[in-house]
Amino acid sequence: MKLLKEMANRDRVFEFLVPQQSPVDVRHGPILYLEDVSVSFDGFQAINKLNLTIDDGELRCIIGPNGAGKTTMMDIITGKTRPDAGSVWFGSRHNLLEKSEPEIASLGIGRKFQKPTVFEALTVFQNLELARATNKSLLPTLLEQMNGDIRAQIEEVLELIGLKELHRQEAGILSHGQKQWLEIGMLLMQRPRLLLVDEPVAGMTEQEMERTAELLTGLAGKQSVVVVEHDMGFVRSIARQVTVLHQGSVLAEGSMDEVSNNPKVIEVYLGEEA
Amino acid sequence: MWLTQPLYERSTRIFLGVLLLAMILVTLLHLAVPADHPLYVSAYTVNLFGKYLSYALLAVAVDLVWGYLGILSLGHGAFFALGGYVMGMYLMRQIGDRGVYGHPELPDFMVFLNWDALPWYWLGSDSFLFTALMVMLVPGVLAFAFGYLAFRSRVTGVYLSIMTQALTFALMLAFYRNEMGFGGSDGMTNFRDILGFDLRTDETRLALFLISGVALAVGYVICRALVNSKLGRVCIASRDAEARTRFLGYRVERVQLSVFVVSAMLAGVAGALYVPQVGIINPSEFAPLFSIEIVLWVALGGRATLYGAVIGALLVNYAKTYFTGVMPDAWLFALGGLFVLVTVFLPKGIAGLLKQRKQAKEKEEEVPA
Repeated sequence: MKLLKEMANRDRVFEFLVPQQSPVDVRHGPILYLEDVSVSFDGFQAINKLNLTIDDGELRCIIGPNGAGKTTMMDIITGKTRPDAGSVWFGSRHNLLEKSEPEIASLGIGRKFQKPTVFEALTVFQNLELARATNKSLLPTLLEQMNGDIRAQIEEVLELIGLKELHRQEAGILSHGQKQWLEIGMLLMQRPRLLLVDEPVAGMTEQEMERTAELLTGLAGKQSVVVVEHDMGFVRSIARQVTVLHQGSVLAEGSMDEVSNNPKVIEVYLGEEA
Repeated sequence: MWLTQPLYERSTRIFLGVLLLAMILVTLLHLAVPADHPLYVSAYTVNLFGKYLSYALLAVAVDLVWGYLGILSLGHGAFFALGGYVMGMYLMRQIGDRGVYGHPELPDFMVFLNWDALPWYWLGSDSFLFTALMVMLVPGVLAFAFGYLAFRSRVTGVYLSIMTQALTFALMLAFYRNEMGFGGSDGMTNFRDILGFDLRTDETRLALFLISGVALAVGYVICRALVNSKLGRVCIASRDAEARTRFLGYRVERVQLSVFVVSAMLAGVAGALYVPQVGIINPSEFAPLFSIEIVLWVALGGRATLYGAVIGALLVNYAKTYFTGVMPDAWLFALGGLFVLVTVFLPKGIAGLLKQRKQAKEKEEEVPA
């Protein structure tokens, strides 16, 4: 009888189709650990002996001038770029350098790109539905029925990103800021442990920025969040811990006040504004 | 069950209701009204409507891949013609020894070519059940092979459209050859019976018309169930942002392939219904121009609505019959003009106009409230 019930549960029929998710081991503190990572493109040293640790549940901002290696660092974590040297660990169990992009994504690292891409012809609700972590092969997708469980998951995220009233609207009519939130929501539907967010407030209005800041700080604790951002005001409003990158390695690390008083940082980065 | 889910939906019910009503009306006007009455529908007209309905099914198949998946197939005529040829082979075998040469087994054109046995691929063509299976299987297998190669290499957009044109053109050239064993440029004709019923009687024509209507209804419901499912939403997602859909973990190429195959099978069924009603199948059905015309029907009716495709197919083909009767030379101009007008004034087709009206009405109702 139990077997029959299991058979009826269509997305579990083939055990091997269920994504293998061995737990991320964070007993030793950090969820992400980069050690002595270096990478160069055609002789240009993009990342140079970079060391970085992100604690579980932390919200970390990464700033740095153009070409400091922020995006390259994200690429390395998500498996898009392979470093020449060094090691990258997710928890203390998963060596990310041994894994492919989809594998890393299914381990629970979600990345939000600069430009929001949502499915404009679908409603906000449907966008989140498609992003939900589940078996995404053909038949289960065809046969999946909406049920209370799925609805609750989606509504939880809708609440979080503040688009509850708009959930029946087509995503195409959303404002730029709302699209960014929807995209963050889509990432959340995939239940990531670590969120990498690339310039979330580019092109946003003041109010939208405030709303985004609330959203991101609200996420921290449940997920670890790494934000790469240019906008210093925004970083100041959310960051507890800031890392300054310069020429591919860490120049300074600490609270926003510590960092902004650091003479080296003022010289290479903040100096332009001061 | 997911397949019956559209039956509870308003738009599907309206569509099926209108279709059923039209079928009953035509039947009544044909059977119960005296032949000299102005409302009488002749057997010729019934036959014509049957042909339109099989075209409508073909249009629905094209709308499924173009409207929802974003794959502009300019070669769906090939799947339609293959379904037609499979049916044609069965109908040829049904002639038996009543052909011009009176050969008990071989169709006339094979006797003419001095062949002394049926080629292996004609095996089983005398069985209706086998034919019914092959009507779907042959286009399905071709679509699978073609789609597997194309989608796996991520060929999409204009390049895919051109390749589908090449596919149907290549098949046309192949079927023109006598050595292929499908009757060469003359194709197959002079059919007599289907399942023992004489094709030239009014009753058989009426039955074929009704069967075409039922096939359209079934095909419509299948497509509707597909586009209403989560897989349908994945189709729309991959149409608008393919890379993003992949990034979410969906195997876009598999979605494309399976929907493409389903669409090709529906086109095959449409072809198989078409052939007994027009009484001939020849390589001109593979003509690239015909495949483009199908896309025109869908564009006219309105993409990504399914019922729009049906409206477009019926309307254009009725216009075609009318214009080619009244002024044969003007038809192509009329078609071209129609297309220009629709693209300029109705970019979303006739279905788009209907939607717009409905929305405007809803807004009007909202204002006083």
